[in-house]
Amino acid sequence: MSAAVATGDLHHWARRRRAIHGWLLLTPALVMLWTFAFYPSLATIWTSLFSRGTRRNPAEFVGLENYQRLFEDPTFREVAVNNLLYAAATIPISMLLALIMALWANARIPARSFVRTAYFTPTVLPMIAAANLWLFFYTPGFGVLDQIGGLFGAPSVNWLGQPETALWAVCAVTIWKEAGFFMIFYLAALQTIPPELREAAAIEGASRWAYTWRVVLPLLMPTTLFILVNALINSVKLIDHLFILTKGGPSDSSKLILYYIWESAFAFFDAPAAAAMTVLVLIVLGAVAALQFRLLDRRTHYR
Amino acid sequence: MSVVLRHAEAALALIVAIVWISPLLFAFWAAFHTPTDAINFNLAAPWTLDNLRTAWAGAPWLRYFLNTFLLVTLILAGQFLLCTLAGFAFAQVEMRGKEALFLLVLLQLFILPEVLIVENYAVAARLGLLDSILGIGAPYMASAFGIFLMRQTFKSVPKELDEAARVEGCGTLGVLWRVYVPAARPTYLAYALVSISTHWNNFLWPLIVTNSDTTRPLTVGLSIFAAPENGVNISVISAATIMVIAPLLILFLVFQRRFVQAFLRAGIK
Repeated sequence: MSAAVATGDLHHWARRRRAIHGWLLLTPALVMLWTFAFYPSLATIWTSLFSRGTRRNPAEFVGLENYQRLFEDPTFREVAVNNLLYAAATIPISMLLALIMALWANARIPARSFVRTAYFTPTVLPMIAAANLWLFFYTPGFGVLDQIGGLFGAPSVNWLGQPETALWAVCAVTIWKEAGFFMIFYLAALQTIPPELREAAAIEGASRWAYTWRVVLPLLMPTTLFILVNALINSVKLIDHLFILTKGGPSDSSKLILYYIWESAFAFFDAPAAAAMTVLVLIVLGAVAALQFRLLDRRTHYR
Repeated sequence: MSVVLRHAEAALALIVAIVWISPLLFAFWAAFHTPTDAINFNLAAPWTLDNLRTAWAGAPWLRYFLNTFLLVTLILAGQFLLCTLAGFAFAQVEMRGKEALFLLVLLQLFILPEVLIVENYAVAARLGLLDSILGIGAPYMASAFGIFLMRQTFKSVPKELDEAARVEGCGTLGVLWRVYVPAARPTYLAYALVSISTHWNNFLWPLIVTNSDTTRPLTVGLSIFAAPENGVNISVISAATIMVIAPLLILFLVFQRRFVQAFLRAGIK
């Protein structure tokens, strides 16, 4: 055996060993990911294709029947519309507020650090606690909103108890919770904008408005997209406050999909319906993922 | 004109800030006043600790605090271990199929544990993890976000340090422990803050998995305590809420700068 082959072998063996180490390092994480993310995803799809098993009738394969049942379910339709409204209200408003807050927190204003802290504080509170705080505002008769309204002679409003306002009351809490969080990302992006740009704009005679609109906003575009993806995910995920504020009522007017999934599975024991809904949500999240990965490809935000 | 406008803007920023923390301020104020005074906004009313006493006696809070503390610690330990190992493999070990596998892992960013509650419950049941703190924590340990974060951090560690340690006779784990982990200290801190505040506040999955006071975290305990069916008055609810959020809030106010930087580091990298 020649020496060259021997060193080649040795090299090959060393690489092989490193690769084995690599797989060993990955194994614990992959096992956990498989157990609590990928397997359950596949199992959800599987469950959604079977009927609800009872002791007498075991679950049978029913194809897409659960989905059909779902689309014929007026509650599901209402919940889906609610969730779209929830997204349509909370995403743009909280993002716009976040931007304004960041511009303020970045400007030279008095009590700036207080302002910044005040905006960000809701972010560190549990949604459940936030809901309790807001309950105090919404309670008819003696709630803060009613008392303030009363000063102006407005009639008492049961914000959480009537179908016309319940969903919006829920949205307000979400916006309150989210805006300060998103502000942080805008703030970070603002602080990376070189001050020379502002000076140059001032020399050109651009107004502050023009500078913000023409220079700052385009530079914030990658951050905006990043926040948008997060906001989209949150519009599915943030439902904890429903448990305190409305429980989805009155008459389902503030019910959101994830809450309905929970209810179907753990209150109505209708796992196939819950699974079918979960699959639909996963498809939506998949679309968001595709959006995110395209952004990743363009390297807008990730280095 | 522009000066007036600027002042008006600053005033508006301040007003929004006050509005933003007003729910918290009201709850804090109500927690220390009798319900009648709280409802009538009797600002001159005397302060009282009765609500805190009633709230404290109304539920096993000490146990809930302990549970939340154990939960947060367990999750963080699990995340550090799993994400460090996997992040290191993805960043520095040459192996075939690594890139494709990494994309698959990233997919988990969008398969939220919150959404998979139905099947995760079945999995937890089969593994005998129901009503246990491990059961609450397990789905969050292999976090794609954490793996991504550690991979990014480890990638920025100079290769020379790695080679030097190997020349000194360190094995793969030795290099990881002696070179990469110390270099990633700021990332660990940032990740810890984000993870702790996320799981201190998490609610839906713990609600589903737990069904006894020996495992319930604070958020679930608070939701049960404050449920309208229990007929607890608003001052006592406020007191309980303030009690639950106090530790994290104080931590946040003390380490504010760190906290904000942590969220930034976690979000942007």
